[in-house]
Amino acid sequence: MQFFFEVLIAGLLSGVMYALVALGFVLIFKASGVFNFAQGAMVFFAALTTVGLKEEFGLSLWAAIPITMVVMVLLGIATERIVLRPLVNQHDITLFMATIGLTFFIEGFAQLVWGSTVRKLDLPIQDVPIEFVMERTGMLISQFDVIAAIICAILVAALAILFNKTKVGRALRAVADDHQAALSVGIPLQHVWAIVWAVAGFVALVAGLLWGARNGVQFALIFVALKALPVLILGGFTSVPGAIVGGLIIGASEKLAEVYIGPYVGGGIEGWFPYVLALVFLLIRPEGLFGEKIIRRI
Amino acid sequence: MKLKFVKALAVSAVAATTALTGALATAQEQFIPILSYRVGLYAAGGSGFFGGAIDYFNLVNANGGINGVKISWEECETEYAATRGVECYERLKKKNGGATLVEPLGTGIAYGILDRLPADKVPMTTLGYGRSDAANGQVFPYVFPLITSYWNQAAGMIKYLGDKSGGMDKLKGKKIVHLYHDSAYGREPFPVLEAYEKQLGFQLIKIPVPHPGTDQNAQWLQIRQANPDHVILWGWGVMNAVALKTAARVGFPREKMLGVWWAGSEEDTIPAGDAAKGYTTMTFNTPGNYPVIDEIRKKVYGANKGNLSDKDRIGSVYHMRGITAAMLWVEGIRNAQNKYGKGKVMTGEQVRWGLENLNVDEKRQRELGALNMFPTIKTSCQDHEGSGAVKVQVWDGKAWKAVTPNWVIGDRAMIQKMVAESSAKYAAEKKITPACLPG
Repeated sequence: MQFFFEVLIAGLLSGVMYALVALGFVLIFKASGVFNFAQGAMVFFAALTTVGLKEEFGLSLWAAIPITMVVMVLLGIATERIVLRPLVNQHDITLFMATIGLTFFIEGFAQLVWGSTVRKLDLPIQDVPIEFVMERTGMLISQFDVIAAIICAILVAALAILFNKTKVGRALRAVADDHQAALSVGIPLQHVWAIVWAVAGFVALVAGLLWGARNGVQFALIFVALKALPVLILGGFTSVPGAIVGGLIIGASEKLAEVYIGPYVGGGIEGWFPYVLALVFLLIRPEGLFGEKIIRRI
Repeated sequence: MKLKFVKALAVSAVAATTALTGALATAQEQFIPILSYRVGLYAAGGSGFFGGAIDYFNLVNANGGINGVKISWEECETEYAATRGVECYERLKKKNGGATLVEPLGTGIAYGILDRLPADKVPMTTLGYGRSDAANGQVFPYVFPLITSYWNQAAGMIKYLGDKSGGMDKLKGKKIVHLYHDSAYGREPFPVLEAYEKQLGFQLIKIPVPHPGTDQNAQWLQIRQANPDHVILWGWGVMNAVALKTAARVGFPREKMLGVWWAGSEEDTIPAGDAAKGYTTMTFNTPGNYPVIDEIRKKVYGANKGNLSDKDRIGSVYHMRGITAAMLWVEGIRNAQNKYGKGKVMTGEQVRWGLENLNVDEKRQRELGALNMFPTIKTSCQDHEGSGAVKVQVWDGKAWKAVTPNWVIGDRAMIQKMVAESSAKYAAEKKITPACLPG
């Protein structure tokens, strides 16, 4: 039973890490109705820029992080100016295709500027089991994962306040509902998009730092975005708490499936199991657990 | 103004093309296409390996070429993708008088072009990867898995673990986990490990890691529960660093881990930090410094012609592996020249003969400034591998150090039997009559 709980907790903590990436997707989708394919590339770019500034310019981590934040804000503004502004009122799929193009640009640009070598990123958080838990229960729970979960919780709370309690949040939601209608009532669409892309850049930076510290800063970071997709389907594309709940469900179920079902089917199922779960979920509740139910009049 | 801009653009384009194509070929140059990957998921390995190969080409050219014949090359970015690799091969195979040889450094690409090689008469080397049964030159006359294959590596691993345990018989009753990249690459050593499991009586537990392996909590909790005596890490790319970090997190001793040589570079251990200390892997290069690397530093990097932007990577695992590969290619070309005419440009067919008759013994290694950098090699029509020897290295936290002073060789007879059986099956499938090609 102890092993079961160990797997379950490890899964839940992994799920929080997935949710961290999923949050970036939710932000952009909420504000523009666009699925931002470039979120994974942004995670990679943010982590690489931080570690690049640190290594190439000899900056401390605490100096490199705010500079990267500025870079991510500039990237967000540039994305709005160059990629999105010319596409206002275009079909969603057009905007989606634009983000695919953006993905390849960011991936190439990041490697062009900082090179393609694998880099180490040290955060002042140790990736070791928490002794207190180990002594009491015999379970190995990573200190790093627990701190990542706390960071994620703070981020979610901040984003929930931003969306629900501020003027900017209301504007974001209005823009997401209808670009043209929002413009007609005087909401500055470009301004709102620039803000949301900058916030998504910040979320990408947090995700990039945590994933980069865990796995090393390398191109593979873009693949963490793939882990976020089933999370989004489950939690709903427009819900910040949904990303967290979706992440927890996906993380826990994929780990339990790998350990308890995997050995009977040759193993390695955690790569596709979350997608199957998401597909099943789509059949039952297409809008996700917390997503907005879209009702259209015929 | 507009004209100036166009002019500048044209000049930049020419400059960029020249930089990309390396040394442009002329009639008296031996052309080698470089199917490299410098961006994408596996860029760190690709840039080190192909950087090493190009550095060695530049050294050979700086020293006057191969009996006066300079080497020329052109890079084509594959991003490690089989489709792009095949496209690059097709684009370059007829260029500049024809490709002399090809080294894709990727199993997918190697499989993609394997059947085209005999028709194109271009030999392909696959150093330490690809089909293990391609060592049989009678069935695969144009493929050279030089130095050692996955099967010999797996045999070497078991031999090392046996020696470490105090004898092969001591492996009886032990548990060995094979933690592998869930792909054809990760499954390649199955036949060897299963044969040893039966022969020696240990328990083999196979645990796959789905690509790319960015999260391995589930696998390592299973390993912790199984409590094995050894873990073989057959990983690639990000999977390796994540395995090391997760092993540390669940408290599994890194000293009990033995990695494949694609899990044994600085790119695998540095991102893992302290978690990698004490971790051992297989290798076919003895870590250290060699006269040939010093010469590259002096003559190539000293002349600002070095291929690596980060000079700290000179002599790193991938860089040294690239130098080794290029050294063997040049030896193959030199060998061919000795037979078909010194100072002449060789055809792919002639270089194939050169690679099939390699003899890089200690004397030759010393002349090349690479004594003991890789095992001695003697190829033949029956043995395109030429060695089968491996070494074990350990990461001390800062650098790789050799663990085994001598080269380790597993059960060669068993592997040769497996190669013969598997290649015979391939020959039957493809309707190939096994035979040695005439020189």
